[in-house]
Amino acid sequence: MNKGEISPKNEVQHDGQTLEINVGPQHPSTHGVFRMNMVLDGETVVSLKPVMGYLHRNHEQIAENMSYAASMPYTDRLDYFNSMSNNFGWSLAVEKLAAIEVPERAQYIRVIMAELTRIVNHVSVIGFLLNDLGAFFTPVLYAFREREKILDLFEEVSGARMMCNYFRFGGIKYDVPQSVLERIREIVDKFPKFLDEFETLLTKNEILCMRCQNVGVLPAELAVNASITGPMLRASGVNYDIRKVDKYSIYDRFNFKVPLGKKGDVYDRYYVRVLEIRESLKILDQALKEIKPGEIMNKKMVPFLKSPRNFKPPVGEAYGRVEAPKGELGFYVVSDGTPQPWRYHVRAPSFINLTILEDLCLGHKLADAIVILGSVDIVLGEVDH
Amino acid sequence: MKTEEIKALIEKALPGVKLKLVRESLLVENAADLPRVAKCLKEDPALKFDYLSSVTGADYLTYLESVYHLYSMEKKAGSIVLRARTDRANPRLPSLVPIYRGAEYQEREAYDLYGIVYENHPDMRRIFMWDSFEGWPMRKDYEQEDSETLEAADVEWLEKRGVKVSDADRAKAEELRKTGKRAVAQKPTGSPEA
Amino acid sequence: MAFTQNVSAIDHGLKNELGKKGVVVTTLNELYNWGRRSSIWPMQFGLACCAIEMIATACARYDIARFGAELFRASPRQSDLIIIAGTVTKKMAPQVVRLYNQMAEPKYCITMGACSIAGGPFIDGYNVLRGIDRYIPVDVHLPGCPPRPEALLFGLQELQRKIDNQEIENTEWYRKGFKREYPVPEFGPHGLVPKYNPEVWNPRDVDHRKERYGEPILIGKKIKAPDLDTPPAPPKPAAPAVPPSATAPKPAAPPPPPANA
Repeated sequence: MNKGEISPKNEVQHDGQTLEINVGPQHPSTHGVFRMNMVLDGETVVSLKPVMGYLHRNHEQIAENMSYAASMPYTDRLDYFNSMSNNFGWSLAVEKLAAIEVPERAQYIRVIMAELTRIVNHVSVIGFLLNDLGAFFTPVLYAFREREKILDLFEEVSGARMMCNYFRFGGIKYDVPQSVLERIREIVDKFPKFLDEFETLLTKNEILCMRCQNVGVLPAELAVNASITGPMLRASGVNYDIRKVDKYSIYDRFNFKVPLGKKGDVYDRYYVRVLEIRESLKILDQALKEIKPGEIMNKKMVPFLKSPRNFKPPVGEAYGRVEAPKGELGFYVVSDGTPQPWRYHVRAPSFINLTILEDLCLGHKLADAIVILGSVDIVLGEVDH
Repeated sequence: MKTEEIKALIEKALPGVKLKLVRESLLVENAADLPRVAKCLKEDPALKFDYLSSVTGADYLTYLESVYHLYSMEKKAGSIVLRARTDRANPRLPSLVPIYRGAEYQEREAYDLYGIVYENHPDMRRIFMWDSFEGWPMRKDYEQEDSETLEAADVEWLEKRGVKVSDADRAKAEELRKTGKRAVAQKPTGSPEA
Repeated sequence: MAFTQNVSAIDHGLKNELGKKGVVVTTLNELYNWGRRSSIWPMQFGLACCAIEMIATACARYDIARFGAELFRASPRQSDLIIIAGTVTKKMAPQVVRLYNQMAEPKYCITMGACSIAGGPFIDGYNVLRGIDRYIPVDVHLPGCPPRPEALLFGLQELQRKIDNQEIENTEWYRKGFKREYPVPEFGPHGLVPKYNPEVWNPRDVDHRKERYGEPILIGKKIKAPDLDTPPAPPKPAAPAVPPSATAPKPAAPPPPPANA
């Protein structure tokens, strides 16, 4: 084998008619450094093998040599779009491991941050999907305009725009002042108008409908068997939302629906995300009404803020999962009684959602394959952890 | 259902399968039984664990382990954890890809990082590292390279392409080649608790 | 043109006087540089988290188009600048060097974020390259994790200042047969071959990390596996381990001074 060539087995009989090309790792349409080895017959995809690992940053190896709290900034960089959700997953896993309780106000703030993150993610994904379709950058500009407003909030609350590092085991780091809650209320009130504007341009748009309907259809049984989660699963009609199933944190107090799709094509995945933004706005509305002043950190965990290397959870294992905007984000942690975990594993939704990429793209054209990849919604930091 | 009840159910449905309760998870003592147990969990009408959430490899110094988390999407029920152990010298485990397609990439990841070979996997090759990478990086005894020292192979490669290498570097690389070892990054010497 | 600060063959006073009368006087150098620095077109090359801040810089709020970097080109042949935003892993490094080689002169490189400067927070990994400046020359280093959009704009302005100070007479790319192409590393059994290009980068004499913390890398400390087979001990009534009264971690004993190489 020549030195380090990466050549997945494309078991297609090349009879001189097919063309084997490489899409990526640097390509204007892939969402990061992701490579697809495609075999094309004309423009139709005959075989597609994803190649990943170009952003493999050994997050698990680093976390096994750091204390638990020191891994929190690294979880920000997993799915770098939604840092608050990643923090949520990791704190949930460790709180399960060490049986730590979280006070009320902290729970409400966590839910508010998680739902704001979901809105940011879905709106940006729709922007990027339309970028792939050819609407060169205009929807992204609209989406990022709203995103900037929410990032300002994150910066005011945690100190950083993107890599927030805000959650701690047993609560959150800084309290949210009343002025910020009022600004969140303003955003929640004004967002539906922006969403209506977005939808007017997009949902019944002829080009979007022609190019996205009946493209990349994912049947429900295949989705369940291939461990697909998140909006991709719900667009195929399977009603599984971890917020409703596990009822982690205080999600059972909120009244919200789970939007489901019918066919499982790209259009359904786009529309499910739009509906999920509306449901998140409902949750935010209810949370802002119910939040009360109180503690933000479990008293027993406060000393460990200053000396994280003294935090030694009992020997055992735990698997904590959250409904991240991209799917089920799970953290599997095994503790051996020392300040560093013995085994730390990330169950990344984007990584597993790529399992059926080949099945979705077979028979479609190359341009459709790019759009299907856009609707799967991957983030390479997570795919390669 | 609690783990003990599930254990009893499986032992009744599949006689001859040995399961051990390890802290809320089921250890399948004979790794070859793993596909049968998984199929039983998936198809049994009382259980219907049709969603494989996560496949993880782990290194426990004397053995390697593969941990599976299963949930039920139909019944929206809670998790069951399965474990399978294998030795370090020749780690082989049966693959669950024929039963759960979602295990495909995760088993490749466990192979890439720990060296566990899954039999009957449709495409058993590395996923994150390049194919000619040697070694299993996440194992606890992996020796990472020292990225500041040039070795003999590096010096040869550079000189073939006309890049000047200083004499000091060349001498050090020669010395290293004579000892027959490769330049590894020094591990920390303090106690694990520090 | 008042904003170029470089050596000018014309007296500034004369320039200003003539400028007031509506006559613009300049040297070929200044004009040439002004054209080049006001329309630097970067290449779309976002690797990781810093790429999102790069996109945010290109969006409406921190508009990068007003500094001339209007269009992000997809092809390296059409761009002047490569902004390496994000962690460069060993698997991706040959591709980055190839892309740099394919760019046409004059070409510039900004490394955005701590990861592409020196490895960043992921420096101890087996797959992370400790900085792309091991293989290609870099013009502007931009620290941050991720650097804010304003920081990227500042970095772009620094690059513009650098371009202002370049002179046609002394530029390299007009010489015959000049090509800035660097050898592309290959995949070896444990890392990249070669580990770095000595013509571009050399390691420091002093390992600052070892000096300060007493350890060269932070990987590989565990010696005893946990025993999950034994059931957990009954919970103790006391709270988890209380930290000692001295909250500062004990400082590592400084190692003996390094011997001169």
